[in-house]
Amino acid sequence: MQVSEQDPAAGPAARKVGEFLRSRAEQIAQRWADAALFRTVFTVSRDEAVEACKAVVEALAEVAATGRPDDITAPGFHAVREQLGRMAATRARTGSTPAQVAGEVADLSRPAVTLLRGEFDDPAGGQAQDCVLALTVLMGTLRLVVMETTLSQGQELIERQRQQLLEVATPVIKLWEGIVAVPLIGTLDSARSQVVMESLLDAVVAERARYAILDITGVPTVDSLVAQHLMKTVAAARLMGAECIVSGIRPAIAQTIVHLGIDLGNVVTRSSLADALAHALRRQGSAVPPGTPAASLAP
Amino acid sequence: MQTSADTATTRLPIGSDADLAWVRQKVRQTATDSGFSLVQQTKLITAASELARNTLIHGGGGQLDMTVLHGGLRLTFTDSGPGIRDIEQAMTDGFTTGNGLGMGLSGAKRLVQDFSIESQPGQGTTVTVTALATPMPHPRPEHG
Amino acid sequence: MTSREQDHTPRVPVLMLGQTLLVTLQGELQDAVAGQLQDDIVSRIAAGPVTGVVIDITGVDIVDSYLGRVLAEIASSARLMAARTVLAGMRPAVAITLAELGLTLPGLRTALDVGRALALLSHSPPTGSPPHPGRAHHADLC
Repeated sequence: MQVSEQDPAAGPAARKVGEFLRSRAEQIAQRWADAALFRTVFTVSRDEAVEACKAVVEALAEVAATGRPDDITAPGFHAVREQLGRMAATRARTGSTPAQVAGEVADLSRPAVTLLRGEFDDPAGGQAQDCVLALTVLMGTLRLVVMETTLSQGQELIERQRQQLLEVATPVIKLWEGIVAVPLIGTLDSARSQVVMESLLDAVVAERARYAILDITGVPTVDSLVAQHLMKTVAAARLMGAECIVSGIRPAIAQTIVHLGIDLGNVVTRSSLADALAHALRRQGSAVPPGTPAASLAP
Repeated sequence: MQTSADTATTRLPIGSDADLAWVRQKVRQTATDSGFSLVQQTKLITAASELARNTLIHGGGGQLDMTVLHGGLRLTFTDSGPGIRDIEQAMTDGFTTGNGLGMGLSGAKRLVQDFSIESQPGQGTTVTVTALATPMPHPRPEHG
Repeated sequence: MTSREQDHTPRVPVLMLGQTLLVTLQGELQDAVAGQLQDDIVSRIAAGPVTGVVIDITGVDIVDSYLGRVLAEIASSARLMAARTVLAGMRPAVAITLAELGLTLPGLRTALDVGRALALLSHSPPTGSPPHPGRAHHADLC
Protein backbone atom coordinates (compact mmCIF):
# COMPACT_ATOMS: atom_id res chain seq x y z
CA MET A 1 0.00 0.00 0.00
CA GLN A 2 2.99 2.35 -0.52
CA VAL A 3 2.01 5.50 -2.32
CA SER A 4 5.02 7.31 -3.67
CA GLU A 5 5.61 10.99 -4.22
CA GLN A 6 2.10 12.05 -3.52
CA ASP A 7 2.78 14.97 -1.24
CA PRO A 8 6.48 15.43 -0.50
CA ALA A 9 5.74 16.83 2.96
CA ALA A 10 2.80 14.61 3.99
CA GLY A 11 4.20 11.27 2.79
CA PRO A 12 7.39 10.86 4.84
CA ALA A 13 6.07 13.01 7.71
CA ALA A 14 2.91 10.93 7.92
CA ARG A 15 4.92 7.71 7.98
CA LYS A 16 7.05 9.15 10.76
CA VAL A 17 3.84 9.97 12.65
CA GLY A 18 2.82 6.36 12.10
CA GLU A 19 6.01 5.15 13.77
CA PHE A 20 5.46 7.58 16.62
CA LEU A 21 1.88 6.39 17.17
CA ARG A 22 2.98 2.78 17.27
CA SER A 23 5.81 3.35 19.73
CA ARG A 24 3.82 5.66 22.01
CA ALA A 25 0.47 3.84 21.76
CA GLU A 26 0.39 3.07 25.50
CA GLN A 27 1.04 6.69 26.59
CA ILE A 28 -1.47 8.13 24.14
CA ALA A 29 -4.08 5.59 25.17
CA GLN A 30 -3.58 6.41 28.84
CA ARG A 31 -4.23 10.09 28.12
CA TRP A 32 -7.20 9.51 25.84
CA ALA A 33 -8.86 7.20 28.33
CA ASP A 34 -9.47 10.26 30.50
CA ALA A 35 -10.88 12.32 27.63
CA ALA A 36 -14.64 12.88 27.56
CA LEU A 37 -15.25 10.68 24.51
CA PHE A 38 -13.90 7.47 26.04
CA ARG A 39 -14.57 8.25 29.72
CA THR A 40 -18.31 8.69 29.15
CA VAL A 41 -18.67 5.58 26.99
CA PHE A 42 -16.57 3.11 28.97
CA THR A 43 -17.95 3.85 32.41
CA VAL A 44 -17.42 0.42 33.90
CA SER A 45 -13.68 -0.01 33.71
CA ARG A 46 -10.84 2.27 32.79
CA ASP A 47 -8.84 -0.64 31.38
CA GLU A 48 -11.59 -1.16 28.86
CA ALA A 49 -11.30 2.49 27.86
CA VAL A 50 -7.51 2.14 27.48
CA GLU A 51 -7.96 -0.93 25.28
CA ALA A 52 -10.45 0.93 23.09
CA CYS A 53 -8.05 3.88 22.83
CA LYS A 54 -5.21 1.57 21.81
CA ALA A 55 -7.32 0.13 19.02
CA VAL A 56 -7.96 3.63 17.69
CA VAL A 57 -4.26 4.59 17.99
CA GLU A 58 -3.28 1.44 16.09
CA ALA A 59 -5.79 2.21 13.37
CA LEU A 60 -4.40 5.72 13.06
CA ALA A 61 -0.84 4.36 12.94
CA GLU A 62 -1.83 2.06 10.09
CA VAL A 63 -3.46 4.88 8.15
CA ALA A 64 -0.45 7.14 8.75
CA ALA A 65 1.89 4.41 7.54
CA THR A 66 0.27 4.56 4.10
CA GLY A 67 1.47 8.15 3.84
CA ARG A 68 -2.02 9.47 3.21
CA PRO A 69 -3.37 10.86 6.48
CA ASP A 70 -6.30 12.53 4.70
CA ASP A 71 -7.82 9.35 3.23
CA ILE A 72 -11.18 8.85 4.92
CA THR A 73 -11.66 5.53 3.14
CA ALA A 74 -8.27 4.14 4.25
CA PRO A 75 -8.52 0.43 5.11
CA GLY A 76 -6.83 1.20 8.43
CA PHE A 77 -10.08 2.71 9.69
CA HIS A 78 -12.12 -0.44 8.93
CA ALA A 79 -10.92 -2.13 12.11
CA VAL A 80 -12.26 0.59 14.37
CA ARG A 81 -15.29 1.73 12.41
CA GLU A 82 -17.60 -0.62 14.26
CA GLN A 83 -16.16 0.36 17.62
CA LEU A 84 -16.48 4.05 16.76
CA GLY A 85 -20.03 3.39 15.63
CA ARG A 86 -20.93 1.79 18.95
CA MET A 87 -19.33 4.67 20.81
CA ALA A 88 -21.18 7.22 18.72
CA ALA A 89 -24.43 5.33 19.30
CA THR A 90 -23.85 5.34 23.05
CA ARG A 91 -23.19 9.09 23.00
CA ALA A 92 -26.30 9.61 20.87
CA ARG A 93 -28.44 7.66 23.35
CA THR A 94 -27.29 9.91 26.18
CA GLY A 95 -28.38 12.89 24.14
CA SER A 96 -25.17 14.10 22.52
CA THR A 97 -25.47 15.72 19.13
CA PRO A 98 -23.13 14.63 16.32
CA ALA A 99 -21.44 18.04 16.64
CA GLN A 100 -20.70 17.45 20.32
CA VAL A 101 -19.23 14.05 19.56
CA ALA A 102 -17.10 15.58 16.82
CA GLY A 103 -15.88 18.17 19.32
CA GLU A 104 -14.87 15.40 21.70
CA VAL A 105 -12.88 13.73 18.96
CA ALA A 106 -11.13 17.04 18.25
CA ASP A 107 -10.14 17.22 21.93
CA LEU A 108 -8.09 14.03 21.46
CA SER A 109 -5.72 15.91 19.19
CA ARG A 110 -3.99 18.09 21.81
CA PRO A 111 -2.53 15.37 24.09
CA ALA A 112 -1.23 13.47 21.07
CA VAL A 113 0.39 16.57 19.56
CA THR A 114 2.05 17.43 22.89
CA LEU A 115 3.57 13.94 23.03
CA LEU A 116 4.69 14.18 19.43
CA ARG A 117 6.46 17.51 20.01
CA GLY A 118 8.35 15.92 22.90
CA GLU A 119 9.88 13.46 20.45
CA PHE A 120 11.90 16.16 18.76
CA ASP A 121 15.07 17.85 19.99
CA ASP A 122 13.90 21.00 18.25
CA PRO A 123 10.09 21.12 18.56
CA ALA A 124 10.01 24.27 16.39
CA GLY A 125 12.12 22.77 13.61
CA GLY A 126 10.90 22.08 10.11
CA GLN A 127 10.68 18.30 10.53
CA ALA A 128 8.67 18.64 13.76
CA GLN A 129 6.32 21.09 12.09
CA ASP A 130 5.71 18.71 9.20
CA CYS A 131 4.95 15.86 11.58
CA VAL A 132 2.59 17.94 13.72
CA LEU A 133 0.82 19.01 10.56
CA ALA A 134 0.52 15.41 9.41
CA LEU A 135 -0.86 14.33 12.81
CA THR A 136 -3.34 17.20 12.80
CA VAL A 137 -4.55 16.18 9.35
CA LEU A 138 -4.83 12.59 10.53
CA MET A 139 -6.88 13.58 13.58
CA GLY A 140 -9.11 15.66 11.33
CA THR A 141 -9.71 12.59 9.20
CA LEU A 142 -10.60 10.58 12.29
CA ARG A 143 -13.10 13.27 13.17
CA LEU A 144 -14.71 12.93 9.73
CA VAL A 145 -14.85 9.16 10.09
CA VAL A 146 -16.60 9.50 13.45
CA MET A 147 -18.99 12.12 12.06
CA GLU A 148 -19.88 9.86 9.16
CA THR A 149 -20.43 6.92 11.48
CA THR A 150 -22.53 9.00 13.87
CA LEU A 151 -24.77 10.23 11.09
CA SER A 152 -25.33 6.77 9.66
CA GLN A 153 -26.07 5.49 13.18
CA GLY A 154 -28.72 8.20 13.52
CA GLN A 155 -30.25 7.25 10.21
CA GLU A 156 -30.30 3.61 11.19
CA LEU A 157 -32.01 4.49 14.44
CA ILE A 158 -34.69 6.50 12.65
CA GLU A 159 -35.17 3.72 10.11
CA ARG A 160 -35.47 1.11 12.85
CA GLN A 161 -37.98 3.16 14.80
CA ARG A 162 -39.99 3.80 11.67
CA GLN A 163 -40.18 0.07 11.04
CA GLN A 164 -41.10 -0.72 14.61
CA LEU A 165 -43.91 1.80 14.29
CA LEU A 166 -45.10 0.17 11.10
CA GLU A 167 -45.09 -3.19 12.76
CA VAL A 168 -46.85 -2.04 15.89
CA ALA A 169 -49.45 -0.18 13.90
CA THR A 170 -50.64 -3.23 11.94
CA PRO A 171 -51.57 -6.08 14.24
CA VAL A 172 -53.49 -8.91 12.62
CA ILE A 173 -56.17 -10.32 14.89
CA LYS A 174 -57.78 -13.71 14.70
CA LEU A 175 -61.46 -12.89 15.19
CA TRP A 176 -62.88 -16.36 14.81
CA GLU A 177 -61.86 -19.75 13.53
CA GLY A 178 -61.01 -19.05 9.90
CA ILE A 179 -61.49 -15.28 10.15
CA VAL A 180 -58.65 -12.79 10.54
CA ALA A 181 -58.86 -9.01 10.64
CA VAL A 182 -56.56 -6.04 10.61
CA PRO A 183 -57.94 -2.80 12.05
CA LEU A 184 -56.14 0.06 10.34
CA ILE A 185 -55.59 3.27 12.25
CA GLY A 186 -53.98 6.34 10.77
CA THR A 187 -52.80 7.30 7.33
CA LEU A 188 -52.04 4.57 4.85
CA ASP A 189 -48.96 5.23 2.80
CA SER A 190 -47.33 2.94 0.30
CA ALA A 191 -44.89 1.30 2.73
CA ARG A 192 -47.55 0.69 5.32
CA SER A 193 -50.01 -0.71 2.82
CA GLN A 194 -47.32 -3.15 1.80
CA VAL A 195 -46.83 -4.27 5.39
CA VAL A 196 -50.57 -4.56 5.93
CA MET A 197 -50.95 -6.67 2.82
CA GLU A 198 -48.10 -9.01 3.77
CA SER A 199 -49.19 -9.37 7.40
CA LEU A 200 -52.78 -10.09 6.46
CA LEU A 201 -51.90 -12.65 3.79
CA ASP A 202 -49.37 -14.40 6.04
CA ALA A 203 -52.09 -14.60 8.69
CA VAL A 204 -54.45 -16.12 6.11
CA VAL A 205 -51.94 -18.94 5.58
CA ALA A 206 -51.07 -19.33 9.27
CA GLU A 207 -54.72 -19.44 10.39
CA ARG A 208 -56.01 -21.20 7.28
CA ALA A 209 -58.47 -18.34 7.11
CA ARG A 210 -61.27 -18.18 4.57
CA TYR A 211 -62.04 -14.58 5.42
CA ALA A 212 -59.78 -11.59 5.90
CA ILE A 213 -61.28 -8.32 7.09
CA LEU A 214 -59.60 -4.98 6.43
CA ASP A 215 -61.19 -2.48 8.79
CA ILE A 216 -60.56 1.12 7.76
CA THR A 217 -62.66 2.81 10.46
CA GLY A 218 -59.53 4.52 11.76
CA VAL A 219 -58.24 5.67 8.39
CA PRO A 220 -58.92 9.42 8.05
CA THR A 221 -59.04 9.66 4.26
CA VAL A 222 -59.24 7.34 1.32
CA ASP A 223 -57.74 8.66 -1.87
CA SER A 224 -57.30 6.80 -5.12
CA LEU A 225 -53.90 5.49 -4.02
CA VAL A 226 -55.29 3.97 -0.83
CA ALA A 227 -58.21 2.55 -2.77
CA GLN A 228 -55.76 0.96 -5.18
CA HIS A 229 -53.88 -0.65 -2.30
CA LEU A 230 -57.12 -1.98 -0.85
CA MET A 231 -58.08 -3.49 -4.18
CA LYS A 232 -54.66 -5.10 -4.60
CA THR A 233 -54.96 -6.67 -1.16
CA VAL A 234 -58.42 -7.95 -1.99
CA ALA A 235 -57.17 -9.37 -5.30
CA ALA A 236 -54.17 -11.05 -3.67
CA ALA A 237 -56.35 -12.60 -0.93
CA ARG A 238 -58.72 -13.95 -3.56
CA LEU A 239 -55.83 -15.50 -5.50
CA MET A 240 -54.91 -17.38 -2.34
CA GLY A 241 -58.42 -18.63 -1.85
CA ALA A 242 -59.65 -16.24 0.82
CA GLU A 243 -62.29 -13.56 0.65
CA CYS A 244 -61.25 -10.10 1.75
CA ILE A 245 -63.93 -7.81 3.17
CA VAL A 246 -63.35 -4.08 3.61
CA SER A 247 -65.23 -2.71 6.59
CA GLY A 248 -65.58 0.60 8.39
CA ILE A 249 -66.41 2.73 5.39
CA ARG A 250 -67.79 5.85 7.04
CA PRO A 251 -70.36 7.98 5.16
CA ALA A 252 -67.78 10.70 4.39
CA ILE A 253 -65.40 8.13 2.95
CA ALA A 254 -68.16 6.48 0.96
CA GLN A 255 -68.94 9.86 -0.58
CA THR A 256 -65.28 10.57 -1.29
CA ILE A 257 -64.97 7.23 -3.05
CA VAL A 258 -67.98 8.04 -5.20
CA HIS A 259 -66.80 11.59 -5.93
CA LEU A 260 -63.34 10.43 -6.92
CA GLY A 261 -64.99 7.99 -9.29
CA ILE A 262 -63.10 5.09 -7.71
CA ASP A 263 -64.56 1.77 -8.71
CA LEU A 264 -64.16 -0.67 -5.85
CA GLY A 265 -65.38 -3.26 -8.30
CA ASN A 266 -66.07 -6.62 -6.74
CA VAL A 267 -64.80 -5.72 -3.31
CA VAL A 268 -67.20 -6.83 -0.58
CA THR A 269 -67.72 -3.85 1.72
CA ARG A 270 -69.52 -3.49 5.05
CA SER A 271 -70.10 -0.39 7.12
CA SER A 272 -68.73 -1.81 10.36
CA LEU A 273 -66.35 -4.49 11.55
CA ALA A 274 -69.30 -6.25 13.25
CA ASP A 275 -71.20 -6.36 9.96
CA ALA A 276 -68.17 -7.77 8.22
CA LEU A 277 -67.77 -10.46 10.88
CA ALA A 278 -71.47 -11.33 10.64
CA HIS A 279 -71.15 -11.59 6.87
CA ALA A 280 -68.13 -13.88 7.17
CA LEU A 281 -69.80 -16.05 9.83
CA ARG A 282 -72.96 -16.36 7.75
CA ARG A 283 -70.98 -17.37 4.70
CA GLN A 284 -68.84 -19.73 6.69
CA GLY A 285 -71.88 -21.12 8.49
CA SER A 286 -72.98 -23.12 5.49
CA ALA A 287 -69.57 -24.70 5.17
CA VAL A 288 -68.76 -25.54 8.80
CA PRO A 289 -70.40 -28.51 10.53
CA PRO A 290 -73.38 -27.68 12.79
CA GLY A 291 -72.68 -27.17 16.47
CA THR A 292 -69.68 -24.92 16.08
CA PRO A 293 -70.03 -21.41 17.45
CA ALA A 294 -69.86 -20.02 13.94
CA ALA A 295 -73.02 -21.83 12.90
CA SER A 296 -74.97 -21.04 16.05
CA LEU A 297 -74.12 -17.37 15.90
CA ALA A 298 -74.99 -16.92 12.28
CA PRO A 299 -78.12 -14.77 11.98
CA MET B 1 -7.08 2.53 -5.64
CA GLN B 2 -10.84 3.19 -5.54
CA THR B 3 -11.83 0.09 -7.45
CA SER B 4 -15.48 -0.66 -6.93
CA ALA B 5 -15.36 -4.29 -5.96
CA ASP B 6 -18.97 -4.13 -4.76
CA THR B 7 -20.41 -3.36 -8.19
CA ALA B 8 -19.66 -6.62 -9.97
CA THR B 9 -21.63 -7.26 -13.13
CA THR B 10 -22.72 -10.71 -14.24
CA ARG B 11 -23.73 -11.38 -17.82
CA LEU B 12 -26.21 -14.10 -18.70
CA PRO B 13 -27.21 -15.13 -22.24
CA ILE B 14 -30.89 -15.25 -23.18
CA GLY B 15 -31.27 -17.57 -26.13
CA SER B 16 -33.67 -20.31 -25.14
CA ASP B 17 -36.48 -21.39 -22.87
CA ALA B 18 -33.92 -22.96 -20.54
CA ASP B 19 -32.03 -19.67 -20.32
CA LEU B 20 -35.17 -18.02 -18.90
CA ALA B 21 -35.16 -20.53 -16.05
CA TRP B 22 -31.48 -19.89 -15.51
CA VAL B 23 -32.07 -16.12 -15.43
CA ARG B 24 -34.79 -16.57 -12.78
CA GLN B 25 -32.50 -18.74 -10.67
CA LYS B 26 -29.54 -16.38 -10.87
CA VAL B 27 -31.70 -13.32 -10.12
CA ARG B 28 -33.19 -15.13 -7.13
CA GLN B 29 -29.79 -16.08 -5.81
CA THR B 30 -28.38 -12.58 -6.23
CA ALA B 31 -31.48 -10.94 -4.72
CA THR B 32 -31.29 -13.26 -1.71
CA ASP B 33 -27.62 -12.40 -1.24
CA SER B 34 -28.45 -8.69 -1.52
CA GLY B 35 -30.94 -8.87 1.35
CA PHE B 36 -34.21 -8.73 -0.61
CA SER B 37 -37.25 -9.85 1.37
CA LEU B 38 -39.27 -12.76 0.01
CA VAL B 39 -41.91 -10.49 -1.53
CA GLN B 40 -39.28 -8.18 -3.02
CA GLN B 41 -37.45 -11.18 -4.47
CA THR B 42 -40.64 -12.57 -5.96
CA LYS B 43 -41.48 -9.24 -7.58
CA LEU B 44 -38.00 -8.82 -9.03
CA ILE B 45 -37.78 -12.38 -10.36
CA THR B 46 -41.22 -12.06 -11.93
CA ALA B 47 -40.20 -8.77 -13.58
CA ALA B 48 -36.96 -10.39 -14.78
CA SER B 49 -38.94 -13.33 -16.18
CA GLU B 50 -41.25 -11.00 -18.12
CA LEU B 51 -38.37 -8.95 -19.51
CA ALA B 52 -36.18 -11.93 -20.35
CA ARG B 53 -39.08 -13.47 -22.23
CA ASN B 54 -39.54 -10.22 -24.15
CA THR B 55 -35.85 -10.30 -25.03
CA LEU B 56 -36.18 -13.89 -26.23
CA ILE B 57 -39.46 -13.67 -28.13
CA HIS B 58 -39.49 -10.12 -29.49
CA GLY B 59 -35.76 -9.43 -29.58
CA GLY B 60 -34.77 -12.84 -30.93
CA GLY B 61 -32.49 -13.37 -27.94
CA GLY B 62 -29.91 -11.22 -26.22
CA GLN B 63 -28.43 -10.93 -22.78
CA LEU B 64 -28.95 -9.84 -19.23
CA ASP B 65 -26.38 -7.79 -17.34
CA MET B 66 -26.93 -7.98 -13.62
CA THR B 67 -25.19 -5.43 -11.41
CA VAL B 68 -25.19 -5.55 -7.63
CA LEU B 69 -25.65 -2.05 -6.25
CA HIS B 70 -25.37 -0.87 -2.71
CA GLY B 71 -28.69 -2.06 -1.32
CA GLY B 72 -30.16 -3.04 -4.64
CA LEU B 73 -29.88 -4.72 -7.99
CA ARG B 74 -29.83 -3.39 -11.54
CA LEU B 75 -30.83 -5.56 -14.47
CA THR B 76 -30.21 -4.57 -18.07
CA PHE B 77 -31.81 -6.61 -20.85
CA THR B 78 -30.35 -6.04 -24.29
CA ASP B 79 -31.31 -7.46 -27.65
CA SER B 80 -30.47 -6.54 -31.22
CA GLY B 81 -33.87 -7.46 -32.58
CA PRO B 82 -36.32 -5.39 -34.62
CA GLY B 83 -36.81 -2.80 -31.87
CA ILE B 84 -40.06 -1.24 -30.74
CA ARG B 85 -41.75 1.24 -33.05
CA ASP B 86 -44.15 2.72 -30.51
CA ILE B 87 -42.83 2.42 -26.97
CA GLU B 88 -45.85 4.14 -25.49
CA GLN B 89 -48.15 1.58 -27.08
CA ALA B 90 -45.90 -1.30 -26.00
CA MET B 91 -46.11 -0.05 -22.42
CA THR B 92 -49.91 -0.20 -22.42
CA ASP B 93 -51.64 -2.89 -20.38
CA GLY B 94 -52.98 -5.64 -22.57
CA PHE B 95 -50.89 -4.71 -25.62
CA THR B 96 -49.30 -7.83 -27.00
CA THR B 97 -47.66 -9.08 -30.13
CA GLY B 98 -46.49 -12.31 -28.53
CA ASN B 99 -48.18 -14.97 -26.49
CA GLY B 100 -48.43 -13.53 -23.00
CA LEU B 101 -51.24 -11.56 -21.47
CA GLY B 102 -49.81 -8.27 -22.71
CA MET B 103 -48.58 -7.51 -19.21
CA GLY B 104 -44.88 -7.95 -19.96
CA LEU B 105 -43.48 -4.42 -20.09
CA SER B 106 -46.16 -2.54 -18.19
CA GLY B 107 -46.37 -5.25 -15.54
CA ALA B 108 -42.62 -5.45 -15.06
CA LYS B 109 -42.52 -1.68 -14.59
CA ARG B 110 -44.95 -1.93 -11.67
CA LEU B 111 -42.76 -4.51 -9.94
CA VAL B 112 -39.56 -2.46 -9.78
CA GLN B 113 -38.52 0.94 -8.44
CA ASP B 114 -36.96 2.25 -11.63
CA PHE B 115 -37.66 1.37 -15.24
CA SER B 116 -36.23 2.74 -18.46
CA ILE B 117 -36.49 1.56 -22.03
CA GLU B 118 -34.57 2.55 -25.12
CA SER B 119 -35.39 1.29 -28.54
CA GLN B 120 -35.00 2.24 -32.16
CA PRO B 121 -36.69 0.36 -35.00
CA GLY B 122 -34.09 -1.99 -36.43
CA GLN B 123 -31.56 -1.36 -33.69
CA GLY B 124 -32.69 -3.48 -30.83
CA THR B 125 -34.06 -2.73 -27.40
CA THR B 126 -32.50 -2.11 -24.02
CA VAL B 127 -34.58 -2.24 -20.86
CA THR B 128 -32.99 -1.29 -17.55
CA VAL B 129 -34.71 -1.85 -14.22
CA THR B 130 -33.53 -1.19 -10.69
CA ALA B 131 -34.97 -2.74 -7.56
CA LEU B 132 -34.02 -1.76 -4.03
CA ALA B 133 -33.87 -4.06 -1.04
CA THR B 134 -35.74 -1.69 1.23
CA PRO B 135 -35.85 -3.34 4.61
CA MET B 136 -39.35 -4.27 5.63
CA PRO B 137 -40.42 -5.16 9.12
CA HIS B 138 -41.21 -8.79 9.52
CA PRO B 139 -44.97 -9.29 9.59
CA ARG B 140 -45.95 -10.64 12.96
CA PRO B 141 -49.56 -11.73 13.25
CA GLU B 142 -50.99 -11.40 16.72
CA HIS B 143 -53.48 -13.91 17.84
CA GLY B 144 -56.28 -12.45 19.93
CA MET C 1 -45.94 -19.73 -30.54
CA THR C 2 -42.98 -21.69 -29.32
CA SER C 3 -42.74 -25.15 -30.76
CA ARG C 4 -43.39 -27.92 -28.29
CA GLU C 5 -41.03 -30.78 -28.64
CA GLN C 6 -43.29 -33.59 -27.57
CA ASP C 7 -40.48 -36.03 -27.07
CA HIS C 8 -38.03 -33.97 -25.04
CA THR C 9 -40.27 -31.93 -22.81
CA PRO C 10 -40.53 -33.34 -19.29
CA ARG C 11 -44.15 -33.85 -18.28
CA VAL C 12 -45.93 -32.78 -15.13
CA PRO C 13 -47.84 -35.82 -13.82
CA VAL C 14 -51.63 -35.55 -13.97
CA LEU C 15 -53.35 -37.70 -11.32
CA MET C 16 -56.95 -38.87 -11.38
CA LEU C 17 -58.94 -38.78 -8.12
CA GLY C 18 -62.42 -40.05 -8.85
CA GLN C 19 -63.60 -37.58 -11.45
CA THR C 20 -61.09 -34.93 -10.52
CA LEU C 21 -57.69 -34.30 -12.07
CA LEU C 22 -54.98 -33.32 -9.62
CA VAL C 23 -51.87 -31.57 -10.87
CA THR C 24 -49.05 -30.55 -8.54
CA LEU C 25 -46.66 -27.96 -9.86
CA GLN C 26 -43.23 -27.64 -8.27
CA GLY C 27 -40.48 -25.04 -8.37
CA GLU C 28 -39.16 -23.82 -11.67
CA LEU C 29 -41.55 -24.43 -14.54
CA GLN C 30 -40.25 -23.93 -18.05
CA ASP C 31 -42.56 -22.43 -20.64
CA ALA C 32 -42.60 -25.57 -22.77
CA VAL C 33 -43.50 -27.73 -19.76
CA ALA C 34 -46.41 -25.45 -18.90
CA GLY C 35 -47.60 -25.57 -22.50
CA GLN C 36 -47.33 -29.35 -22.54
CA LEU C 37 -49.34 -29.54 -19.31
CA GLN C 38 -52.11 -27.47 -20.86
CA ASP C 39 -52.36 -29.96 -23.76
CA ASP C 40 -52.25 -32.95 -21.39
CA ILE C 41 -55.04 -31.67 -19.14
CA VAL C 42 -57.31 -30.82 -22.02
CA SER C 43 -56.88 -34.26 -23.61
CA ARG C 44 -57.45 -36.00 -20.26
CA ILE C 45 -60.72 -34.09 -19.80
CA ALA C 46 -61.75 -35.01 -23.31
CA ALA C 47 -60.88 -38.70 -22.74
CA GLY C 48 -62.60 -39.48 -19.48
CA PRO C 49 -65.35 -38.46 -17.12
CA VAL C 50 -63.71 -35.43 -15.53
CA THR C 51 -65.75 -32.86 -13.63
CA GLY C 52 -63.01 -30.98 -11.85
CA VAL C 53 -59.37 -29.98 -12.11
CA VAL C 54 -57.26 -29.01 -9.09
CA ILE C 55 -53.92 -27.32 -9.78
CA ASP C 56 -51.76 -27.21 -6.67
CA ILE C 57 -49.21 -24.41 -6.83
CA THR C 58 -48.08 -24.54 -3.19
CA GLY C 59 -44.58 -25.36 -4.41
CA VAL C 60 -44.42 -22.65 -7.07
CA ASP C 61 -42.52 -19.51 -6.18
CA ILE C 62 -42.98 -17.54 -9.39
CA VAL C 63 -46.07 -17.06 -11.53
CA ASP C 64 -45.39 -14.68 -14.40
CA SER C 65 -47.77 -13.61 -17.14
CA TYR C 66 -46.94 -16.64 -19.28
CA LEU C 67 -47.79 -19.16 -16.57
CA GLY C 68 -50.76 -16.98 -15.61
CA ARG C 69 -52.06 -17.20 -19.17
CA VAL C 70 -51.57 -20.98 -19.24
CA LEU C 71 -53.53 -21.37 -15.99
CA ALA C 72 -56.32 -19.11 -17.22
CA GLU C 73 -56.52 -21.01 -20.51
CA ILE C 74 -56.64 -24.37 -18.75
CA ALA C 75 -59.61 -23.10 -16.72
CA SER C 76 -61.37 -21.71 -19.80
CA SER C 77 -60.88 -24.89 -21.84
CA ALA C 78 -61.97 -27.06 -18.92
CA ARG C 79 -65.10 -24.96 -18.48
CA LEU C 80 -66.00 -25.47 -22.13
CA MET C 81 -65.82 -29.20 -21.47
CA ALA C 82 -67.97 -28.92 -18.32
CA ALA C 83 -65.14 -29.31 -15.82
CA ARG C 84 -64.33 -26.77 -13.14
CA THR C 85 -60.81 -25.71 -12.24
CA VAL C 86 -59.57 -24.69 -8.81
CA LEU C 87 -56.15 -23.16 -8.24
CA ALA C 88 -54.86 -24.16 -4.80
CA GLY C 89 -52.14 -23.01 -2.46
CA MET C 90 -50.85 -19.80 -3.99
CA ARG C 91 -48.21 -18.30 -1.71
CA PRO C 92 -48.67 -14.76 -0.35
CA ALA C 93 -45.58 -13.40 -2.14
CA VAL C 94 -46.84 -14.77 -5.46
CA ALA C 95 -50.35 -13.39 -4.85
CA ILE C 96 -48.96 -9.94 -4.00
CA THR C 97 -46.80 -9.96 -7.13
CA LEU C 98 -49.71 -10.97 -9.37
CA ALA C 99 -51.95 -8.30 -7.84
CA GLU C 100 -49.20 -5.75 -8.48
CA LEU C 101 -48.82 -7.02 -12.07
CA GLY C 102 -52.56 -6.51 -12.52
CA LEU C 103 -53.01 -10.19 -13.27
CA THR C 104 -55.93 -11.20 -11.09
CA LEU C 105 -57.09 -14.29 -13.03
CA PRO C 106 -60.79 -13.48 -12.60
CA GLY C 107 -62.00 -16.67 -14.27
CA LEU C 108 -60.20 -18.99 -11.87
CA ARG C 109 -61.58 -20.38 -8.64
CA THR C 110 -59.07 -20.46 -5.84
CA ALA C 111 -58.59 -22.33 -2.57
CA LEU C 112 -56.10 -22.18 0.27
CA ASP C 113 -54.95 -25.77 -0.20
CA VAL C 114 -55.78 -28.99 -2.04
CA GLY C 115 -58.16 -30.17 0.70
CA ARG C 116 -60.25 -27.03 0.41
CA ALA C 117 -60.11 -27.23 -3.38
CA LEU C 118 -61.49 -30.78 -3.38
CA ALA C 119 -64.18 -29.78 -0.87
CA LEU C 120 -65.11 -26.84 -3.08
CA LEU C 121 -65.53 -29.12 -6.08
CA SER C 122 -67.60 -31.69 -4.19
CA HIS C 123 -69.88 -29.07 -2.63
CA SER C 124 -70.86 -27.28 -5.78
CA PRO C 125 -73.02 -28.74 -8.53
CA PRO C 126 -71.08 -29.89 -11.58
CA THR C 127 -72.32 -27.38 -14.09
CA GLY C 128 -70.32 -26.04 -16.95
CA SER C 129 -71.46 -22.47 -16.53
CA PRO C 130 -68.76 -19.90 -15.91
CA PRO C 131 -68.63 -18.37 -12.45
CA HIS C 132 -70.39 -15.06 -12.09
CA PRO C 133 -67.63 -12.55 -12.82
CA GLY C 134 -68.59 -10.32 -9.94
CA ARG C 135 -68.84 -12.97 -7.28
CA ALA C 136 -66.20 -14.36 -5.01
CA HIS C 137 -64.66 -17.72 -5.74
CA HIS C 138 -66.90 -19.75 -3.46
CA ALA C 139 -70.12 -18.01 -4.35
CA ASP C 140 -71.59 -21.39 -5.23
CA LEU C 141 -71.18 -22.57 -1.65
CA CYS C 142 -74.37 -20.77 -0.69
